[in-house]
Amino acid sequence: MQDKKNISIILKDLLFTGLIATILLIPIVGLRTEISTADSTGLIFDYNFLIAFIVIAFVIGVRFLFHIYWFSKIKKTQKEKSEKDKKLFLKKLNLYLGIIAGFVAFTLPFMPFANRYVVDVATLVLTYVMLGWGLNIVVGLAGLLDLGYVAFFAVGAYSYALLSTSFDLSFWICLPLAGILSAFAGILLGFPVLRLRGDYLAIVTLGFGEIIRLILLNWYEFTNGPDGISRIPRPSFFGFPFERKSDVTTFHELFGLEYSTMHRIIFLYYLILILALLTNFFTIKIRNLPVGRAWEALREDETACRAIGINPTNTKLTAFAIGAMFGGFAGSFFATRQGFVSPESFTFIESAIILAIVVLGGMGSQIGVVVASIVLIGSTELFRELEQFRMLAFGLAMIVIMIMKPRGLLSNREPSILMHTKKNE
Amino acid sequence: MEYFLQQLINSLTLGSIYGLIAIGYTMVYGIIGMINFAHGDVFMIGSFVSLIAMVLLGVGTGIFLPFALLVVLIAAILITSVYGWTLERVAYRPLRGSFRLAALITALGASIFLQNFVQVTQGAKIKPIQPVIQGGFTFFENGALVVSLSYLQIFIIIITIVLLSIFSYLISKTPLGRSQRACEQDLTMARLLGINVDRTISTTFIIGAALASVAGMMFVLYYGVIDFFIGFLTGIKAFTAAVLGGIGSIPGAVIGGLLIGLIETFWSAYFTIEYKDVAVFGILVIVLIFRPYGILGKPEVEKV
Repeated sequence: MQDKKNISIILKDLLFTGLIATILLIPIVGLRTEISTADSTGLIFDYNFLIAFIVIAFVIGVRFLFHIYWFSKIKKTQKEKSEKDKKLFLKKLNLYLGIIAGFVAFTLPFMPFANRYVVDVATLVLTYVMLGWGLNIVVGLAGLLDLGYVAFFAVGAYSYALLSTSFDLSFWICLPLAGILSAFAGILLGFPVLRLRGDYLAIVTLGFGEIIRLILLNWYEFTNGPDGISRIPRPSFFGFPFERKSDVTTFHELFGLEYSTMHRIIFLYYLILILALLTNFFTIKIRNLPVGRAWEALREDETACRAIGINPTNTKLTAFAIGAMFGGFAGSFFATRQGFVSPESFTFIESAIILAIVVLGGMGSQIGVVVASIVLIGSTELFRELEQFRMLAFGLAMIVIMIMKPRGLLSNREPSILMHTKKNE
Repeated sequence: MEYFLQQLINSLTLGSIYGLIAIGYTMVYGIIGMINFAHGDVFMIGSFVSLIAMVLLGVGTGIFLPFALLVVLIAAILITSVYGWTLERVAYRPLRGSFRLAALITALGASIFLQNFVQVTQGAKIKPIQPVIQGGFTFFENGALVVSLSYLQIFIIIITIVLLSIFSYLISKTPLGRSQRACEQDLTMARLLGINVDRTISTTFIIGAALASVAGMMFVLYYGVIDFFIGFLTGIKAFTAAVLGGIGSIPGAVIGGLLIGLIETFWSAYFTIEYKDVAVFGILVIVLIFRPYGILGKPEVEKV
């Protein structure tokens, strides 16, 4: 009897899903507008009803699977793990994952399957890991929602590009300079706006990101506008260039190796790995310093912080500046790796991806950022063949992961110290 | 002077579009305190649905024009509302009660999804359309300087005024609006008093999407070209309008929209068109520094 009732409910629900899907999909999918070839101004339809019906059937199928999943979940009596066990397990998992990830990261270029493509993708993932760790200082530790983080990445990249092309400075001089300039940009933005709270801050940082991009795009004399800056010098191995022939001793001559283009790629990989680990190390250490503690305290309760004499504006400003500095480092790495920068690389979508990595990883969790970067960047790399569907899958993955794991893949938002342990533990 | 008047008329038209979208942002923010980043893309969907409806009806070729536009308007409102409803049901409702950033991430995900969904299904090329409403009044014909008010601009402004009156009646006089305002003040208390909170939130999304779809239709008619990416910048500017007016305040959203339209039009007219968006965001920052809660926003009471 109960089952029969359930089945009729499910059927009704599936019918409703189908109806909604039909309304949603028939016009947008079924009627594709194309510019007509007869007269070049009018639009005509390209009918795709078959595809629309396939998608509708697919949506109903997914909904049906969802019901089956629910049904089996209700019937099973689950063994609930205690909260404490879960936390301990997570802590252990974090530790093991960290060790394994570190090991894999250091040995990756010498694995048998590591061709140029694998190392390139790994370098890309590590760039996002570094950006994620940099943003984690701002969002995860200090609790400031920054939607324009890519602006600091852009400032770093352009600083490096301009310094190295116009003054002929080497990578190792430009890198700290780019970091300092980015931190300065962070202070410049932060100073007026950090009095704002929550979402007001979010929209202002978003606006700032757009302003930086528009300036890069339109200030033609300085940034070369939409054409970008090309021929940025490649990094050298502390003065020994990665070239077949050069006036000075080259890298392969120094070590007596056969010349290979892989040398530079592997060098770049280790460079970003070390930069990223530096960010990580810095974050772990600063959490135990007064300023790191102040960030976490601010995240938990701003009013209480003010009461005990923490200056919220200055504290936020340091978080902003330090986060920006690491963004700047990553930016100069990006510039030297690509050899070319243009405003196109610094759109809002990049900020969104970095923020998604931080939040999906579990706010404040360092290893979570790594997992989220691998999942998001790696999976879109898998879809590279299906260029069009890549970002579609990306958006869908963001929604699905968040709904399945609302607190992030590996959540760890405990303050470093707690005065009293919470009652329910 | 003539130039100034002309720009004022243009800014009013643009401001109407921003204002209608901004209401959707501000209403959702007022109730559940989240930035619905996908709202700009709901607006984009609205413009695509109107475009498709126009091509389907063959607007501008024979059919009695007001009737055809009415049909397009209704189709856009209905279908886009369903998008708004589905968005809330799929991406936001499962995360109700979760921490704030979670919903923001699904909103960003939904925005990316919708953009690419339209890109895949409708193609990445821009879609041009012939001007539908032509002609207008001309006053002050002073040599090269002409002040004109096109029928299209009148249409847009009138539709905006009509919609806003219906909308304010809905919010201030009907049971639906009452429960909506109750939820805005205190979600838990509203639930305790027997208001169906889930349904109210769904309705909010539907109303927001309906208004955005009308803005989308106006955008198609006014600019004549759309592509899958229009939702992003228009959405951000409409959100800026909502923040400028004081987020959570509905009259504030309209005022903010008009202000953004004003700033953008006048900056392009008197200074450089390239930096008009810089001007918009710059003024947002300046306003927020001096009035951190927007023009009509109420300062939050800090509780310990």
